[in-house]
Amino acid sequence: MRHLLSVRDLSRDEAVGILDLAEDMAAVATRAVPKLPTLRGRTVANLFFEDSTRTRLSFEAAAKRLSADVITFTAKGSSVSKGESLKDTAQTVAAMGVDAVVLRHGASGAARVLADGGWIDAAVVNAGDGTHEHPTQALLDAYTMRRTRHGDASRGRDLEGLRVTIVGDVLHSRVARSNAWLLATLGAQVHLVGPGTLLPPGTAGWPVTTGTDLDAALAGDPWGELPDAVMMLRIQSERMHDAFFPDEREYAREWGLDAARFARLGADTMVMHPGPMNRGLEISSAAADSARSVVLDQVTNGVSIRMAVLYLVLGAGGRKEGAS
Amino acid sequence: MPARPVLQQADIERALTRIAHEILEAPAPDPEAASRPLVLLGIPTRGVLLADRLGMVLERLRPGRAAVGALDVTMYRDDLARQPIRTPQPTRVPDAGVDGATVVLVDDVLFSGRTIRAALDAINDLGRPRAVRLAVLVDRGHRELPIRPDFVGKNLPSAPGERVNVHLAEIDGVDEVVVS
Repeated sequence: MRHLLSVRDLSRDEAVGILDLAEDMAAVATRAVPKLPTLRGRTVANLFFEDSTRTRLSFEAAAKRLSADVITFTAKGSSVSKGESLKDTAQTVAAMGVDAVVLRHGASGAARVLADGGWIDAAVVNAGDGTHEHPTQALLDAYTMRRTRHGDASRGRDLEGLRVTIVGDVLHSRVARSNAWLLATLGAQVHLVGPGTLLPPGTAGWPVTTGTDLDAALAGDPWGELPDAVMMLRIQSERMHDAFFPDEREYAREWGLDAARFARLGADTMVMHPGPMNRGLEISSAAADSARSVVLDQVTNGVSIRMAVLYLVLGAGGRKEGAS
Repeated sequence: MPARPVLQQADIERALTRIAHEILEAPAPDPEAASRPLVLLGIPTRGVLLADRLGMVLERLRPGRAAVGALDVTMYRDDLARQPIRTPQPTRVPDAGVDGATVVLVDDVLFSGRTIRAALDAINDLGRPRAVRLAVLVDRGHRELPIRPDFVGKNLPSAPGERVNVHLAEIDGVDEVVVS
């Protein structure tokens, strides 16, 4: 794998392969020395043009567990505030000698531009581009679902037959987009629920069903059976420049996973959230802190998934001549 | 060059039985290691199958003496950057772990010694065994590192360009060692 830009580039077998590799990476964390020497001498640059805590820390932890060196760039207080472009920033960092760039950027397609632009030689991993994609989040969500459902027998399996309801601000959510495509590739069924104003207009071409009534969805719409996983999306106030819903209280009442809705879920329905959570808005503490919540598993699994991805883009070849 | 069989199924079985006896006869490094089960760690792919078979022979000879696991060394190889991407296989360590135990690494063919070098690094990250031994079905020579086996099924002098392949019934349908 040269880059990871979009989950749509992954076949079913490739996606299952990444999840299996993440199983091996997860096993590393349980050992006496939770570290592998695999990427010793390689450098990973985290270029974060948008705020992020967990994704940046997760990639950093993943790179360090594989013994790579990490340099981190965040847009705040950097040359970007002086007007430097993506191309110049990337070339500047590349000139310091990096083997992979992990890119978080506010513009949809930024990672693709960086990978195809011919500006740098490094591998590019998309860590979120605008409202487009967040591939490693979708992979860690799929991993979490597979692990929760199949436990130690996960290896080699896809998500055939799993019913996943994704709720909330789908319009602005790269997490929802990446999940919709990846989960479909893995054989799961995906239902998107949210206010009509926050469902994107183009979902006709997506491998999903959509609805606006959360109570109907939690009662089994459109499958006639309860969902196996309910993923609550974060209300992204930083991307909302229009009035998409009347006010927060109404949103919480109609589309929040409150205690009453949570109580109606199946006994083994997973409650997921990509974080950071707005408690009391899209998710109640009763749901977030329950035994059915896999929110912290998602964080733990994120490191394993990112180790797998960094290994795949950096593990083979690519070492510069004379650099060994 | 046509494939030339050098070991047949009966030879492999005999070699494993002899190795099992040698493992049991080898002096333990200290009383604590002697009181604990040996940890047989097979190196994927065929080393794992050989370790399983060796474990069964040991179980017959001395029940409870050995526990069997698998040790993947992919992430510790020194040639990762020169090769197409390799997919690691699961590592399984017996519940008691390796600390203080005698570990016996099991592989099919010993050649340059680089796989074993990687395995020693991998073991280092699992814990601190009292001793590490090496059992191989075939030693074909041409070492590039100061590594030598403790238990050998068959010494097989070979030319550097030759290929020595171990085939095992579990995945290859037949037990044999061929040179080509």
